[in-house]
Amino acid sequence: MLLLQTILSGVLIGLVYALVAVGLTLIFGVMDIVNFAHGEFLMLGMYASFWGFALWKLDPLFTLPLTALLLFGVGAALYRVVIRRITDAPMLSQIFTTFGLMILFRGLAQYFWSPDFRSVEGSVLTGKVAFAGLQFGLPQVVAALGAVATSGAVWWFLRSTRLGAALEATAADKEAAALMGIDAQKMFALAWGLGAACAGVAGALLSTTFPIFPEVGASFILFAFVLVALGGFGSVAGAFWAGILVGVVEVVGGFLWDPAYKLVLVLSLYLLVVWLRPQGLMGKA
Amino acid sequence: MLQVRDLRVCHGRVPAVHDVSLSLAAGEILAVVGANGAGKSTLLRAIAGLMRAEAGTIELEGRDIGGLPAHQRVPLGLALVPEGRHLFPRLTVQRNLELGAFTRRDRGEVAASLEAALETFPILRERRAQLAGTLSGGEQQMLAIARGLMSKPRLLLLDEPSWGVAPIVVSRIFETIQAVNRTGVAILLVEQNVKRALSVAHRAAVIQTGRVVAEGTGAELLRSDLVRRAYLGM
Repeated sequence: MLLLQTILSGVLIGLVYALVAVGLTLIFGVMDIVNFAHGEFLMLGMYASFWGFALWKLDPLFTLPLTALLLFGVGAALYRVVIRRITDAPMLSQIFTTFGLMILFRGLAQYFWSPDFRSVEGSVLTGKVAFAGLQFGLPQVVAALGAVATSGAVWWFLRSTRLGAALEATAADKEAAALMGIDAQKMFALAWGLGAACAGVAGALLSTTFPIFPEVGASFILFAFVLVALGGFGSVAGAFWAGILVGVVEVVGGFLWDPAYKLVLVLSLYLLVVWLRPQGLMGKA
Repeated sequence: MLQVRDLRVCHGRVPAVHDVSLSLAAGEILAVVGANGAGKSTLLRAIAGLMRAEAGTIELEGRDIGGLPAHQRVPLGLALVPEGRHLFPRLTVQRNLELGAFTRRDRGEVAASLEAALETFPILRERRAQLAGTLSGGEQQMLAIARGLMSKPRLLLLDEPSWGVAPIVVSRIFETIQAVNRTGVAILLVEQNVKRALSVAHRAAVIQTGRVVAEGTGAELLRSDLVRRAYLGM
């Protein structure tokens, strides 16, 4: 019973990891750019939720659609202003650029909002959910459900809409997409917007349980990279399943062995997968 | 329909197309033939907007399109079926066709166009739920042409449509090209299979190291010594 409880707790947090990674893999899949500032989108999502709550008493759950919209705007604007200039640049320049953005966003957050730990206290999301003898925190359950819904929405968008198909076409073959009349610039901005919105929603969902501070993105970005590689670079479904797997390994490993070693387990799993299957679980070989 | 004047296109700093001028009337098939590396594909890519012209003008139905990016030339009635087909291999046949209609505003009529495409290429109807990457070479070429037609072009640019297609299917491809042309679509055909290309084309141009060296009707060129010696081995 305790093990089952632990496994399910792992699934719950894994679903949120998955959402962060879905955004990252979407950007990578469409543009072949690794966004080191992705954790900062999550941080911004957290602060957006925090300030909505602190200033206007708006619950993070209710401001979530606004947070998503705001981060979509941040992602798309970042593409237009910065990333657009480095799409054809050498990979090293791209790495330095997004790495620099990460430092910039952290610095700005520190400057404007101070390095203090903040938290959202007294959200509507408090208390526990119990069923069949198992108990979970309500915020964790809602965060997991929200993450599934958002990942599912992205999946549906890519699979079933005209714009989603255009995004996939651009990811697969930019020249062929241009010959269909698809404007790659718009698709890139869309990918950045959606990617940032995913991380922002994850931030909003985590804001009621996690401390909020300028470097908070760092706690999630490492996992997000692991998930993107584990699931197969550019594979949204792969990142999703890898998220659940990593969440379970992390929590169950920490429970059976020692929480201090949970990162060792996750990274060992990662090494094992890239060793046996370098293209990732659902990657294109 | 299409008027190309003194077009020069470079690969890096090396010119691949030198001062080429061509014109194509509505409803016509113009073949551009020549050896490998003569600059035929570069010419088509420049007309479609995938490569920038260093000099010269490209007019489509009287409008200068030389400055437009590729994706803005599609809604003006121009479609390129590129060399090597460039399908979206991990998307289904149907999704590939739908993407061909991406720029169309008459969304209600897209379904009718899809139906017409499946009518013209019955094999695609059987394969419509399959991933494009799983089709045979000939089927992929059919799909590439059908996808090009989904934007309802008035000018279709075809780059090596017989590439990677089984010899027995090549005739089928050329019949299809003529059938498409009979529906009123002008066609600019680049092809290494000179004999076939000249036999379906109304007019043709021979291009050598980026320059037009001979022009005439398909029949004239088939009889000319230059073409017979250089390309038909006779």
